[in-house]
Amino acid sequence: MTESFISIRHLYKIFGRDPEGAMNRVRKGMEKDELLELTGHVLGLSDINLEMEQNKVQVVMGLSGSGKSTLIRLLNRLIEPTSGEVLIDGADVLAMDAKELRELRRHKMSMVFQRFGLFPHRTIIENTGYGLEIQGINQLEIKKRATRWIERVGLSGYENYYPAQLSGGMQQRVGLARALTTDAEILLMDEAFSALDPLIRTEMQDILLDLQEELKKTIVFITHDLDEALRIGDNIAILRDGEIIQTDNPQNILMKPVDTYVADFMKDINRARVLRVHTLMKPLDTYANGPNMLSSTTLEQALQVFAEQSTSQTIIVNGNGEKIGKLTLDDLIFGMKRPTIEEIKEDLGSTSFSDSIDTATSSIN
Amino acid sequence: MSFFDDFPSLSRRDLMELRRTIDNGFRDFSREYGEALENFFNPLLQFLIWLEKLMITAPWPIIILVIALFAWMGSRSKVIVIGSALCFLAIGYLGMWKDTMSTLAIISAATLICIGIGIPIGILMSRSDRIQGIITPILDVMQTIPSFVYLIPVVMLLGIGKVPGLLAVCIYALPPIVRLTNLGIRLVDREVLEAADAFGANTLQRLFGVQMPLALPNIFAGVNQTIMMALSMVVIASMIGVKGLGIPVLQAVSNQYLALGLMNGLAIVALAIIFDRVTQRLGKRLQKHQGLDH
Repeated sequence: MTESFISIRHLYKIFGRDPEGAMNRVRKGMEKDELLELTGHVLGLSDINLEMEQNKVQVVMGLSGSGKSTLIRLLNRLIEPTSGEVLIDGADVLAMDAKELRELRRHKMSMVFQRFGLFPHRTIIENTGYGLEIQGINQLEIKKRATRWIERVGLSGYENYYPAQLSGGMQQRVGLARALTTDAEILLMDEAFSALDPLIRTEMQDILLDLQEELKKTIVFITHDLDEALRIGDNIAILRDGEIIQTDNPQNILMKPVDTYVADFMKDINRARVLRVHTLMKPLDTYANGPNMLSSTTLEQALQVFAEQSTSQTIIVNGNGEKIGKLTLDDLIFGMKRPTIEEIKEDLGSTSFSDSIDTATSSIN
Repeated sequence: MSFFDDFPSLSRRDLMELRRTIDNGFRDFSREYGEALENFFNPLLQFLIWLEKLMITAPWPIIILVIALFAWMGSRSKVIVIGSALCFLAIGYLGMWKDTMSTLAIISAATLICIGIGIPIGILMSRSDRIQGIITPILDVMQTIPSFVYLIPVVMLLGIGKVPGLLAVCIYALPPIVRLTNLGIRLVDREVLEAADAFGANTLQRLFGVQMPLALPNIFAGVNQTIMMALSMVVIASMIGVKGLGIPVLQAVSNQYLALGLMNGLAIVALAIIFDRVTQRLGKRLQKHQGLDH
């Protein structure tokens, strides 16, 4: 397992008049509902543990009210955590004073917002250069760097427009350009594409994936849309009622949902488009034969190969051309089938909840 | 049953005693500090005299040009510029030039003072609910207490003249700018502020780079209201010795000169309309970035 870049450990957030007092009750084992009833405090996030790798996209996914927007704000302390630890590149964020925190926000992490959060009184180029202006960099340099990123997100020619003159998709490109202009290593994206219509959303995901290919940022991406999570996440954490119930890579989340709640999420997902053949492949044996197939091929693409070559078996190879497994048509059809509730319950019987979390975190690679 | 018939009140003697104590206390205070206060306000008085003299002695075509220029800078509207110039020509033609200049001088000074004091107070209020809780009732009192009531202590302390007049105008005209600065800053979109924070803006960068510019339309509405309220105090201020359009109105009231009252009254209205239209247009221009749809 590689060293994690952002570590969240035992993080709690309690909303109310006396979070500290409520925190003590929670430490003594009080549950969320009881806490609300007895003290009027809301346990927003409860014992969050999450390790995020450098240069990867960590998705935090949950429905509204699950605490995901709160969680991302605890990372740069737009919201103060009640208890716990946030380590970024070894530095303890919660121990920082106001000045250190400002430095962190200026240089280390930048943020993209759901409703864009653009400054309506500033032009596109002024918006894009905002982070640099805050750092006190000279205007010429700001203009140069801002122009480059505006160009990179495809908004050349709009430099002197105001945000209100652009469509939602274009505004969020400005939001993205603004976040990238500071060259921060970490990108926090709070439901960044949720306010956009589906077509534009896919387009923005493409832009992000494309940029990520080149920039290799560490991205924390919040979303309520599982399709989006599976598409862009290297790793996905599922949040429910302020608790993380599963952390794993997209393939495993689809194949081994930790409970019926997660499985329910997967219901409408097109598995063939997300699952890849290496997830389903079986060990090589002497009988294996057939055309070679890259391990990162999706089931949908694999199906195409099976049909075109009218074969019932393929050899799976990795990026270096080494044979690593085989896949039969039967395996493929079985993999497309959603696990039933019974199967999930059976699985849960064999491994306890904490076990599956452990296996989940250890399988990050 | 006399308890229910007569309200249980202080006896006449006690009441008189109470009032006398307050009166004497204040009189002692004004004897003690009146002069110090007058000295304190002396620079202000000198400024007022200088401003009034400047406006009265300047050749009238220059004044009209300056006013037309201000109107143009504020409104960018030919109609308003021509309207303002015509109003001032009519005022001069009807013999009210000098009084109008005096009124203009004190209104300008009062507006500047209100902006200078009001905006910082408004900013303070917007930063803390507790400060807002303390200042709001004070503003309520300033706006609703009959002006004659606070004229008494002002005159006792500072006598009759320009400075007490200016103070009376400011007490009445200050609340709108404070309230609307506070409101404007509080209405700035939370996500926009979060964005400023997320990029590491410090308090001053946040205030002057984001909050104030976005609150500007509201602040301008406050400036507009402050000017209007200051103008409405012109007549009352003239009762304690402020020269200007209020004095002929007072004379007209006590002598039943209908035409004199009407003409000077309308001159005040003309000033009000010009200020109002110019500042409103300016306020609208400041938020043009929000109105532009694609």
